[in-house]
Amino acid sequence: MGESIVRLEKVRKTFPLPEGGTVTALGNINLDVARNEFLTLLGPSGCGKTTLLHSISGFVQLNSGCVYVDGEDVTDRPPHRRPVNTVFQNYALFPHMTVGNNVGYALDIAGARRAERNTQVGAALDMVGLGGLEKRLPRQLSGGQQQRVALARAIIARPKLLLLDEPLSALDRNLRQSMQIELKTLQAELGISFIFVTHDQEEALTMSNRVAVLEGGKIQQIDAPLAIYNKPSNEFVASFIGASNLFRGTIENGTVTTDDGDKIRTSASTGTGPITALLRPEQFSIANGGEIAAETGRLDVSIRQIVFSGAGYEIHGRTDNHHDVVASIAATHQALVAGAEASRKATLTYDPAAVHLIATEGARS
Amino acid sequence: MSGLTRRGRARAQLGILLGPVSLFLSIFLAGPLIIMMIYSFLAPGLYGGVEWTFYPHNFGRILGFADPEFEIYDPVYISIFFRSLRIAVTTVLITLLICYPAAFQISRLSDRWKAFALFLITLPFFASLIVRLFIWILILKKTGFINTALESLGWIDHPLEMIYTDGAVILGMVYIFIPFMFLPVYASVEKLDWTLVRASQDLGANGFQTFWRVIFPLTLPGVAGGSIIVFIPALGNFVVPAVLGGAKSLMLGNLIEQQFLAARNWPFGAALSMLVMAIVLILLFIYIHHETRRDDDAPAAG
Ligand SMILES: Nc1ncnc2c1ncn2[C@@H]1O[C@H](COP(=O)(O)OP(=O)(O)OP(=O)(O)O)[C@@H](O)[C@H]1O
Ligand SMILES: [Mg+2]
Repeated sequence: MGESIVRLEKVRKTFPLPEGGTVTALGNINLDVARNEFLTLLGPSGCGKTTLLHSISGFVQLNSGCVYVDGEDVTDRPPHRRPVNTVFQNYALFPHMTVGNNVGYALDIAGARRAERNTQVGAALDMVGLGGLEKRLPRQLSGGQQQRVALARAIIARPKLLLLDEPLSALDRNLRQSMQIELKTLQAELGISFIFVTHDQEEALTMSNRVAVLEGGKIQQIDAPLAIYNKPSNEFVASFIGASNLFRGTIENGTVTTDDGDKIRTSASTGTGPITALLRPEQFSIANGGEIAAETGRLDVSIRQIVFSGAGYEIHGRTDNHHDVVASIAATHQALVAGAEASRKATLTYDPAAVHLIATEGARS
Repeated sequence: MSGLTRRGRARAQLGILLGPVSLFLSIFLAGPLIIMMIYSFLAPGLYGGVEWTFYPHNFGRILGFADPEFEIYDPVYISIFFRSLRIAVTTVLITLLICYPAAFQISRLSDRWKAFALFLITLPFFASLIVRLFIWILILKKTGFINTALESLGWIDHPLEMIYTDGAVILGMVYIFIPFMFLPVYASVEKLDWTLVRASQDLGANGFQTFWRVIFPLTLPGVAGGSIIVFIPALGNFVVPAVLGGAKSLMLGNLIEQQFLAARNWPFGAALSMLVMAIVLILLFIYIHHETRRDDDAPAAG
């Protein structure tokens, strides 16, 4: 346990519904967060991300399970006695206090000496690039500045762990991207663990050491971003993260035959039975009319639409067996794409070794 | 009309809409006030009415420089003045102590119970004030409900002196003014953002610290508003002391009423009224000054 800064053991939380019955916000969550780790919780709205953060900060009473912070059992400790701070989604700055008093709040509560407190407030504001704004009131700041004040306020007391609940969701795209980088840098500088909540998958993949994908109060997969993207452990993760082409069928002799009749070649040599094959759009190339090597996978599609996205083309095609396929083709293949657009047909190729196989889930669609 | 700018037209419309109100107020509010102000500096006529000479002793009778021709200074008026202040302040404090916690409780109820609770609080407005006060006589008097109950239980030998005391007046005032305190306090409690309370706890503040540093300052506008709304009518109130206070518990309102109606000394009544007005205006001034500073943008100096 010396290794992990937070450990959740079999954490369960249900909420009563007004019309009777209960909703399970967290069902048996086990989670370990390492020191210095940047962990992102990713999932659709209502999957339990905020509730999971609250179970660590102490704002929900758990039905069962234990929470350890830095090796200490804090399950029954009130929020103000947990060594954890939070950046709230709507910033939650105290509107009646100046920026300086907001940032210095934790120190004032702890009874820090005036001079030291003021230097620390100044340093924290410098750190987030707002030095000298102590005397302003929160409402005199832009959204991005308020965000930074909330950040400075949460890190000033050097918590062992910082929880961030969708801190960037209210910012516009550009600001958001620069804040992503700043947050990353800040985390490295401070040397504390971050648990970051988002429902933006791109944000999750770019920022984190590990991503935990939540759905229905359960962790579906927790892994490094690349593994989450390339090797999703189930169909939910595969379709929630990035665009995906899923082929559900049965495998035999290394080839997946879908229920519609499409055939996907894989590099698997053994195994039979129901399975789902995943191909990311970037894993497709467009054939140039020449010979296609025997071991290369191919998929003939009719073109439904071609979208130019800046970095390349997105080809929306459909197989003869009526299965929709999305392929991303680099802009350098512009001539081939134009040819496909003219003939309304294309041959997509892929490396069978890149095909990821997922165990098919029963009724899920 | 075509010559008017859009802005000018908006202003003209506003003028038309506000015109009647402004006219009404300036005639029937400012007018009497000015008359009162002038009267308070005139000498009382021998048989009512006024004599048009400058006469500062109306205020002198209260503040300590009575007209030596007629009387020596009697501190009874200033003591009534201070008693009224004390009763009004006590009323404010008690209504606040009752309404503040209640507002938090009610704001946590479900919407249906909330609506019901608010309905209950406004319910007294549907019954006559006098009737409601007279019921307190039945409860408090020597042979009233409480005394009979206590006597029949054998807890007291002779009836308690409850009615016609300052206590009875304060009780009646509190009873009447609770809704006036409750509504502004409740409005600010309802507006309170509970994530701020969470943020405070998250930053290490316990319940007490969170209350003093976050909850109380954020609900202060409601507390101040409610206090003023209760204090002003409580200070000049004459119905409650007239019904529950008896002769000994005279308040400023009763005194003023006596001067105008029974004693027919309008200048003295006007002087007393001006004093009440002055206190109210000072309070309002402090309140408004404070509120506007709160809304103003603080200097952005580093
Ligand atoms: N106080 C509450 N009372 C009742 N149900 C609640 C309460 N808080 C959360 N829930 C329910 O618990 C589930 C998880 O909620 P939670 O707020 O953790 O979701 P989330 O993943 O943070 O969603 P979002 O992305 O929309 O913020 C939801 O179904 C929600 O309706
Ligand atoms: Mg949430």
